[in-house]
Amino acid sequence: MTLPESCDVVVVGAGPAGLAAAIECARHGAATVILDEQTGPGGQIYRGITTTPMQKREILGADYWHGATLVSALQSSKATHVPRASAFAVTRADGGGFEVGVSCDGAAALMGAGHVILATGALERPFPIPGWTLPGVITAGAAQILIKSAGLVPEGPVVLAGTGPLLYLVASQFARVGAAIDCLLDTTPPGRIRDAFPHAAAFLTSPYVAKGFALLRQARTSTRIVRGVERLEAIGVERLASVRYTVGGRATEIPAQALLLHQGVVPNVNLSNAIGCNHRWDDALRCFAPVVDAWGATSVSGITIAGDGAGIAGAQAAEARGTLAGLHALAALGRIDLGERDIRAANAKTRVARWMRGRAFVDALYLPSDAFRLPQGDTVVCRCEEITAQQVIATAKLGCPGPNQMKSFLRCGMGPCQGRLCGLTVTELIARERGVAPGEVGYYRLRFPIKPITLGELASLPQTTASTQAVVRMKAH
Amino acid sequence: MRSRMAREHDVAVIGGGLVGSAIAYGLARLGRRVCLYDEGDIAYRASRGNFGLVWVQGKGQGLAPYGGWTQRSVRRYPEFAALLREDTGIDVALEQPGGFHLCLSEAELAHRVDQLTRLVAQPGFERYAFDVLDRAALGERLPGLGPQVVGATYCRLDGHLNPLRLFRALHAAFLKRGGIYRPNAKVEAITSEGDAFALRTATGRVEAGQVVLTSGLGNATLAPQIGLRATVRPQRGMIVVLERVRRFLEYPLATLRQTDEGTVLIGDSQEEVGFDDTLATAVLATLASRAVQVFPFLRDARVNRAWAALRVMSPDGFPIYEQSAGAPGAFVATCHSGVTLAAAHALELAPRIAAGELGADLSPFLSERLNVQKAA
Amino acid sequence: MYKRLPDAAAAAPAVLVTIDGLAFAARAGDTVAAALLAAGYDACRTTPVTCAPRGPFCLMGVCFDCLAVIDGRPNQQTCLIPVRAGMRIERQQGAAAFGPAATSAPDSR
Repeated sequence: MTLPESCDVVVVGAGPAGLAAAIECARHGAATVILDEQTGPGGQIYRGITTTPMQKREILGADYWHGATLVSALQSSKATHVPRASAFAVTRADGGGFEVGVSCDGAAALMGAGHVILATGALERPFPIPGWTLPGVITAGAAQILIKSAGLVPEGPVVLAGTGPLLYLVASQFARVGAAIDCLLDTTPPGRIRDAFPHAAAFLTSPYVAKGFALLRQARTSTRIVRGVERLEAIGVERLASVRYTVGGRATEIPAQALLLHQGVVPNVNLSNAIGCNHRWDDALRCFAPVVDAWGATSVSGITIAGDGAGIAGAQAAEARGTLAGLHALAALGRIDLGERDIRAANAKTRVARWMRGRAFVDALYLPSDAFRLPQGDTVVCRCEEITAQQVIATAKLGCPGPNQMKSFLRCGMGPCQGRLCGLTVTELIARERGVAPGEVGYYRLRFPIKPITLGELASLPQTTASTQAVVRMKAH
Repeated sequence: MRSRMAREHDVAVIGGGLVGSAIAYGLARLGRRVCLYDEGDIAYRASRGNFGLVWVQGKGQGLAPYGGWTQRSVRRYPEFAALLREDTGIDVALEQPGGFHLCLSEAELAHRVDQLTRLVAQPGFERYAFDVLDRAALGERLPGLGPQVVGATYCRLDGHLNPLRLFRALHAAFLKRGGIYRPNAKVEAITSEGDAFALRTATGRVEAGQVVLTSGLGNATLAPQIGLRATVRPQRGMIVVLERVRRFLEYPLATLRQTDEGTVLIGDSQEEVGFDDTLATAVLATLASRAVQVFPFLRDARVNRAWAALRVMSPDGFPIYEQSAGAPGAFVATCHSGVTLAAAHALELAPRIAAGELGADLSPFLSERLNVQKAA
Repeated sequence: MYKRLPDAAAAAPAVLVTIDGLAFAARAGDTVAAALLAAGYDACRTTPVTCAPRGPFCLMGVCFDCLAVIDGRPNQQTCLIPVRAGMRIERQQGAAAFGPAATSAPDSR
C-alpha cells in the first residue's frame, strides 16, 4: 500500500471516532487519509467487523453491527484507508502543517498533512495484581477480540474479574456463544452506589439504563457472580493455574486456566502527549486526558482529538465527536466557513449530549478501588522492565519528585509499551507517597517514536544538509 | 556573627544533576552538612540526556589542562565506582576496555588522525597513546562491522558505564552520607550576608556557609547574584535508543554503545537551536543511517525511543570552576561531560571546595580565560 | 487452552504455518497471536530481564507481551500481524538477537 505524499487531513485510528471524522472530511472534498494498525477498519469496539466469522447478528449484538454502517460509509467515501499503518510521529512541517511519520508493513515514510485528527481511542486501565503477568491472564477486551476476530474462546475454568460494564458485556457474549465462565469476581467496592447516587437521575434517563440492566440480568443467569472482592491473585508456575480472591477478609482459591481482567478503560495519550498537547488529570476517572474544547481542538493548533482518546465516553459518543472533529478540521482548513460548520454540527452535538448522559453515574459506580490501582510488594508494576511496586514505592520515598525521575532511576516506563501499562500506576504511587494530587505529579514525558520502528526505517527517512552537519562533524569531539 | 551551628547547612549545592550530585556526594563524604536543591520532574535536566561514555580520546584541543583533568578523573574512576558500590550496593557497570572513534571515509579518518596528533602535541598536554586501525584490524574487535567503516582511532583509556545507574547511585550515596535532598525547590535568589549566604526558595529562606552553583543552564541567572560569571548556552543533542538485543559489542564507540542491559545507544548530534529540546526527524534519520553503516545488521532492531537534551556549553566548551572573589565561599561548577568528570568532581573538586581554595592547577578553568582574545 | 467456535471453524480456509517447527493449521484472518493461542501456546516468549514466560495479554498492540520471531525476525508484535501460508513462527527466548549474536539470518524481504 503506497502512502500518499501529502493530504489535507490525516486521521489516526479507524474506530468509530476516526471513521466518522474521515467520512465527514471526505464528504466535503478534503483529501483525507485514515491510518490504522489493524488489517481491517473498526478499531477495537468494531474489531474484525469486515471479516468476523461470528456472522449471526445476535451473538455480537446490534451495537457491534452498527459499526458495519460506518465502515461501509467509509468504503464508499473518497477517504483513503491505509491498514497496518502505525503513526509513530507527528511534527510541525516548515511552512505550515505537519509531517506524520508512518510505518506501514515495515517501511517508514513521512506524509504531509494540513490537519491531524487523533482517534487512537482507549486502552484498558492497568490492573496490577500479583501474578498478572502469567501466561493465561489476558484482558477482558482481549477475550472479546479473540471472539470477534478469530472465533476463539478460552477453555475452562475461565474466571472473569474486575469492575465495569465491559465485564458484564463479556459475560453475556460468552453466554451467547455457549462458552462457560465459571465465575465472575466483581471488585466493585461495596458502597460505590452511594458515590454514584448524585448522578443517578441522569443515568436513569439515559440510553444506558436499559442496556445495563439487560446485561446484568444475562450475566447473573449465565455465571456465578461473587461481589465485593477485595483482593485478587493469579497463581501458577510458568502459567496460570488458579485464582485466589478475598471477600470479607476470607480467601478462596479456585482453579483457572484463563483469567480475564478488566477495570475500566482510559484514554490512550501517548501520541497526544508526545506531540506536546496539554493534558489534565481527570479525578472522576483517575486518569490523564488531553485538554480539548467542544470540537476536540487541543492546545496545539491543527491537532484535534476525537473519541475515547479525548476522554472516555463510549462508542456512540465517539462517533458523534468524530463528526465534530471533522467539521472543525474542515473549517480550520477553510473548506467550510464557521456558519456552515455550526449548522452541520447541530445533529452531532445533540448526539454527543445524548450519549454523554448517564456516564458520570457509570464512571463513579465503577471506579476501581485504591487496592486495585495502588499495588504493593512484589506485584509487577512495569511489565516490560519487570519493576515491582515495592521498588517504585522505595524510590518514591527517596524523594523522587515524579515519574520521569522515577523512569531514570528504575527504568520503569522505558520498555516498548512506553508506559501504557504502568504510567497511571506509577503516577498514583508517587502521588500517594508525596501526599499530593496525581495531577501535580504528572505523567511520563513521551517522545517519538510512540510506536517502535526499526533502525533501518528511521534511517530511510529524509535527511537535510543541516542534519548531516549536526552529526558528521570534522571538529573536536 | 552567627555561629556555624546556627546555619542550616554547611554547603548548599544548587542543582541536582550529575555535576551537583557528584560534588554534593564528595562534600558529604568529608563530613560536611550538605543540602542539594533541585527543580521539579519536568525541567531541562541535562543529566537525563547522557550517553554514558567515560571518555578521554580527543579532549582538550585549545586547553591542554582539560586533557589532564579528564585523565585524572578517568584514572580515579574505578576507585569512585567502588566507593559508590560500597555506599549503596549499586554497580554503575563501569567498563574501561578502551574505545573506538570510527570513521566512515578516508577523509574522516585522515582528519581524525591529524586532530589527535595535534592534540597530544600541545605544550603541557599530558600525552597518551592512541592506535590507528584500518578496516581489517577493526573487523576482529568489532564483529559485524559494516563495509563502509574505513578505520578508527583507539585509546586504551576510554570506557563507559550506565549513566542512569550512576545518577541513582550518587543520589543514594549522598543521602546515605547524611545529605539532605530538596526537590521541587527552585532557588530564586542568593545573597551574600557576611560569612554566610541566604537562599530564597518558594518555601522560604535558608542560610548556608557555602554555596555551589551547579544548575547547568540555570547558572546564567544565579551566578551574577554572587559575583560569578557562567555564560553558558544550550546545545541540543539527540540520542536514538534501540530495544534490548543480545550482546554483540564489547567496546564503547564514540557514537554507539551497547549498555550492560543490552539496549543500544546511538548518538551524537550537536545543534545550536536555543532552548528547544524537541526532536528533529532529519537528525534522527542521519544518526540512524550512520549507525546502519556501522553495523548493518542493526537495521532490523527497533528504535524504542529517542530523546533530545540540552548540553550545558560554555563559550569554549571547557568547564568553568570558580570561586567568587567578591563573595568567597560561593562557587560555580559547570561542564558538559558530567559523566566522565564525575570522579574528579567528587574526589578532587569537592575537597578543594571544602577547603575554600580551588588551587592553582584549576586556574585554567576560571572564566577569565574567556576574556582573552585568542590568536587565530 | 482455546477452542474455535463452530461458526469460525467452518467459516474460512485453513492457513498452514509452523510454530517452533511444527505444522499448525490456522484460519485465514487469524493474527499470529490468535494462531499461537489456538495452537495451545499461551506463552510466546521469555523476558530478557528475568526469563519469565509471557504471552499475549491485550491483543490490541499496546502491551508488547505477544512478541515472537516471525520468519527469522524477532520482537514482532504477533497480535498485529495476520498469518500467511508458510509463515515460520518461533517462540522468542529473551532479547532479540541480531548480527553476530543471531543463530540464523532473517528471511530476506
